[in-house]
Amino acid sequence: MSHAHEHAVPSREQHIKIARNGFLLLLVVTFIEVGFALVGNGHIGGMHFPKILMILVMTGFSIFKAWFIVSEFMHLGHETRGMAMSVILPTLLLVWAIIAFLWEGDAWRGNRNLINNKNKEPLQTKPVDTKPTGSLKLVPAHTVNPNISFI
Amino acid sequence: MAQETTVDIHPNHTQTHDDSWNGGEEPFKASYGKLMMWYFLLSDAFTFAGFLIAYGALRFSVNAWPVPDFVFNTAPFGIHGAPLIFVTFMTFVLIVSSVTVLRAVQEGKHENQSGVVKWLVLTVLGGGLFLGCQAWEWTNLITAEGVTVYNNPFSTHLENGKYLSLAELEQEKNLTKVTKTIHGQEVTYFTDPKTKQDFFEKKDHYGKNYAGEAISAGKSYLITYHDGMYMPGAYKNEAGQLKAEPMGPKAFGALFFFITGFHGFHVFSGLVILAVMAMNVSSGFYAARKNGYEMVEKAGLYWHFVDLVWVFVFLVFYLI
Repeated sequence: MSHAHEHAVPSREQHIKIARNGFLLLLVVTFIEVGFALVGNGHIGGMHFPKILMILVMTGFSIFKAWFIVSEFMHLGHETRGMAMSVILPTLLLVWAIIAFLWEGDAWRGNRNLINNKNKEPLQTKPVDTKPTGSLKLVPAHTVNPNISFI
Repeated sequence: MAQETTVDIHPNHTQTHDDSWNGGEEPFKASYGKLMMWYFLLSDAFTFAGFLIAYGALRFSVNAWPVPDFVFNTAPFGIHGAPLIFVTFMTFVLIVSSVTVLRAVQEGKHENQSGVVKWLVLTVLGGGLFLGCQAWEWTNLITAEGVTVYNNPFSTHLENGKYLSLAELEQEKNLTKVTKTIHGQEVTYFTDPKTKQDFFEKKDHYGKNYAGEAISAGKSYLITYHDGMYMPGAYKNEAGQLKAEPMGPKAFGALFFFITGFHGFHVFSGLVILAVMAMNVSSGFYAARKNGYEMVEKAGLYWHFVDLVWVFVFLVFYLI
């Protein structure tokens, strides 16, 4: 049966080095990530970075960690290209799906705020010149629930 | 009679990559078991992505969603006011356990049976510590803070105002005064008999009194909770209307417990698998195999996946 790797198995010392360096890299990246989150949200130093910057940077850090773990710890970086692509391409689509739906959620918030603001506007009624023939009555706005939120 | 012709389907017959698909060898140079483990992990990633997408979309669609730094700022041994520290520790624990399982797989490549067992046991201990931390987090949220699957006392103010004192509440008409013993202490509060809304003088879990303090839109709050009773703080907004802190978006608790619970279930099943691996290795079961310790490698892939999912749960729930 064919071997999984084109190159020979690394020595025990090389293996230990890979594990130690990988650990240190992930540790440092996690500390930078949390440090950036605390600074950007005002817990250290009182600055407030824009939300979109925070989201992009945090997502970037996480994707970097994921790429490193998949490539080196799970060894996908040393597998054949076809196999790596068959796993990575659908995963990239998933990452895009997450980003797209966070964006979508924000659009829903914009829509909700628009409707809530419109509901708060006073209803304009015009005086009617002719005698109404039906029983339709204009109902003032206060009977409408001013805040729509289902969750 | 007819001329025999042979058609060469590879006119420029050099050894192409495509020949590996003609059968008889592994096209991806990986064993069936390892390849299927990768594809199982991919399918599980889709499941988790579905849940995280549901969380993400709902979370950004609501103005009053609780801010993670405010919700998750406690840790065992009485630590509070330390945002994200405990969950960073949990991430660190899982990263360490990923490194220990990597060492186990590496020792398997050198057929060091006792080394594999040692590193697998360390991984199980790390995973167990993570689950213990998660259990503490859940217990704290449920018993001390009152977050359940359908009640969420964490929220964000949407308007400006000022917290009221008991004396100011006394002045309000249409409210009845109630005195109750909660958590061994006598607490006085007011209720509106028509709407059944309770109005409390705002005090947080550490006894700090907020009467007279200003409220600004965008500031997070937690409705004080003891022994099954929520104590929403009374305030007046800029228009002079009397209000009590509304409960936060209901979906928060349901989403948090379900997604972290689903991940925790994966951690638990991973621990079971790793423990079985450790026992199998210890008995010499894999030393005799033609593919050696590859089963340990496959279990290691599952464990790394569990760590990866946590990286993304950590990102989505706590960092954005």
